[in-house]
Amino acid sequence: MGRLAGFAAGLREFYYAPYRRTLARAQRDEEDLFMMLVLSESLGVPNPASYYTLELLPVVFEHFHDWHRRMGMDRSPLDSISCC
Amino acid sequence: MNSVVLALIGIAMIIAGYVFYSKFLAKKVYRLDPAYKTPAHQLEDGIDYVPTNKYVLWGHHFTSVAGAAPIVGPAIAVIWGWLPALLWVTLGTIFFAGMHDLGALWASNRHKGQSIGTLAGRYIGGHGRNLFLVVIFLVLLMVNAAFAVVISNLLVSTPTAVIPAWGAVFVALLIGQAIYKLKWSLPIVSIVGVVALYALMLLGDAFPVVLPDMIMGLSANAFWIIVLFLYAGIASLLPVWMLLQPRDYINGLQLFIALGILYAAIIISGPTMMAPAFNNNVPEGTPSLVPLLFVTIACGAISGFHGIVASGTTAKQLDKETDARFVGYFGAVGEGLLALGTVIAVSAGFQSVAAWEEVYSAFGEGGVGAFVSGGGAIVNQGLGIPESLSGTILATMAVLFAATTMDTGIRLQRFVISEMGQIAGVHLKPLAATLIVLVVTVGLTFSAGADGSGGMLIWPLFGTTNQILAGLTLSIVAVMLIRKGRPVLPALIPLTFVLVMSVIALFVQMGQFYAAGNWLLLVLDIIILIAAVWVIIEAVAAMNRARRMGPLTDLQEEEENIAADADKRG
Repeated sequence: MGRLAGFAAGLREFYYAPYRRTLARAQRDEEDLFMMLVLSESLGVPNPASYYTLELLPVVFEHFHDWHRRMGMDRSPLDSISCC
Repeated sequence: MNSVVLALIGIAMIIAGYVFYSKFLAKKVYRLDPAYKTPAHQLEDGIDYVPTNKYVLWGHHFTSVAGAAPIVGPAIAVIWGWLPALLWVTLGTIFFAGMHDLGALWASNRHKGQSIGTLAGRYIGGHGRNLFLVVIFLVLLMVNAAFAVVISNLLVSTPTAVIPAWGAVFVALLIGQAIYKLKWSLPIVSIVGVVALYALMLLGDAFPVVLPDMIMGLSANAFWIIVLFLYAGIASLLPVWMLLQPRDYINGLQLFIALGILYAAIIISGPTMMAPAFNNNVPEGTPSLVPLLFVTIACGAISGFHGIVASGTTAKQLDKETDARFVGYFGAVGEGLLALGTVIAVSAGFQSVAAWEEVYSAFGEGGVGAFVSGGGAIVNQGLGIPESLSGTILATMAVLFAATTMDTGIRLQRFVISEMGQIAGVHLKPLAATLIVLVVTVGLTFSAGADGSGGMLIWPLFGTTNQILAGLTLSIVAVMLIRKGRPVLPALIPLTFVLVMSVIALFVQMGQFYAAGNWLLLVLDIIILIAAVWVIIEAVAAMNRARRMGPLTDLQEEEENIAADADKRG
């Protein structure tokens, strides 16, 4: 049974490994877009849903530093969030 | 001569190459170190950098590098007789391909899993990266055009393969849905997928699809080529999980099954080699064996494309550095065995010498068609599968290999075009970049004779560009070896050999294209020649520089790595 499970695990690796990077990138791109929507009000873009997105701030906060660096801004663009 | 004896000799040679030569390479040349912290551990991130079991990694590496090319090349090259092809495949695998693939993997592994393109920039000099882009662009252009011709020829010559070849696309689409939407378990999906694929072959065998000679004003070949490029364009734009991922996977499984079928049939039936060992009576217009043999068989003897795979994804997943010997060198062994099986199938699968000569009536004739009919006859004798069905199985296998390479090839070509656009300061959307790729490739395909007449003229050009890419990788490896004060001849001899053969082959073909008045291919030939000369000049300069700079200790290498990282961060 152990060998069979090992074989199934190998098969899984064989299926996912070649495209792991492509899929992870796509996921990151979507999350970047989401981050921008959540922060849109503070970035100066009017957002009718800001009442709700405000609640999401603590959720995305941890990824904020990586996000602004990925977007090509070395320092935090927001005065209210000073991560670096 | 009995083909089983040849198969066994060939296999024994290649295995001996793995046991002895790769051990020498691992110990003395690359000095693989079990204690070296591989990039997969240094930079483990669960995405790109994942330490992976060496057998799984080998399976993934091997199926990425093996495709239709080790079938097409040997199937054409047998026109000079089976002995030259057999020797080039076995010796090439041992001393060229294995050395090159292991070297690319090692070089990338020692540089945080960086790609050959990046390493070219670092070791060859400022132009290295641009040079790499040019060569890779040419390789992809050739492979897409050549494979479109291969597939269309197969679909016309083996109409029973039409249903399974296109049905496989739907099987792949369904597998993607079953895994991501229905959450089926992978082993079940795999079994269902393989069974469905073989059921389609039975169906196709019962219902051959023969196109009329002219369809919408196009010949049947031209029609298939247009349809193929439309399909590949769409496939390359779809999300990868939908089509490309399941398609690659099911193809990988199918590769192992088909290789097993082919070798089992050869060993059981033991057919006699019908083709002459040396063909003294080659059809008129066949170019001379030297240098054309060495560019006609690229994959299966040495292929630069392997370096891209080895340095792209494989190096980021090595668990221990010593695993590189198995993954890299044995990956080349796997492909060598596929090429060896092809050589035997196209030489032994005929009733008589006359039947063989009839198929190999001109250079570029025979090819995959001969593989399908010859291999089909052998599978029929060995395993008792009816001849038309075994032909369908082999034709479908060849189409699937070529088609998956095309899907990926067009996708990669799109990225290359976007990157070139960026250098030129133009931003291209995926759709626009794909359209550019399709227009250029279709144009090239038709100029090479899409009606099947001059069909495979372009094939040796593909081999040549592939060898030049291998030369680029080998020169990076050679520069690294010089700087580390290691034996450099194991890299230098193959490097010199492939580059010299490529350049001579380019001159020979230039004469042919000029005589035939094929101006587009002539221009292409000259562009490739310029790229080849460029590679040679840069490689010689880089090696001289390396020699002057003197040996490099591991500590210095670490410091250089840190400096290079700092550079990149700006």
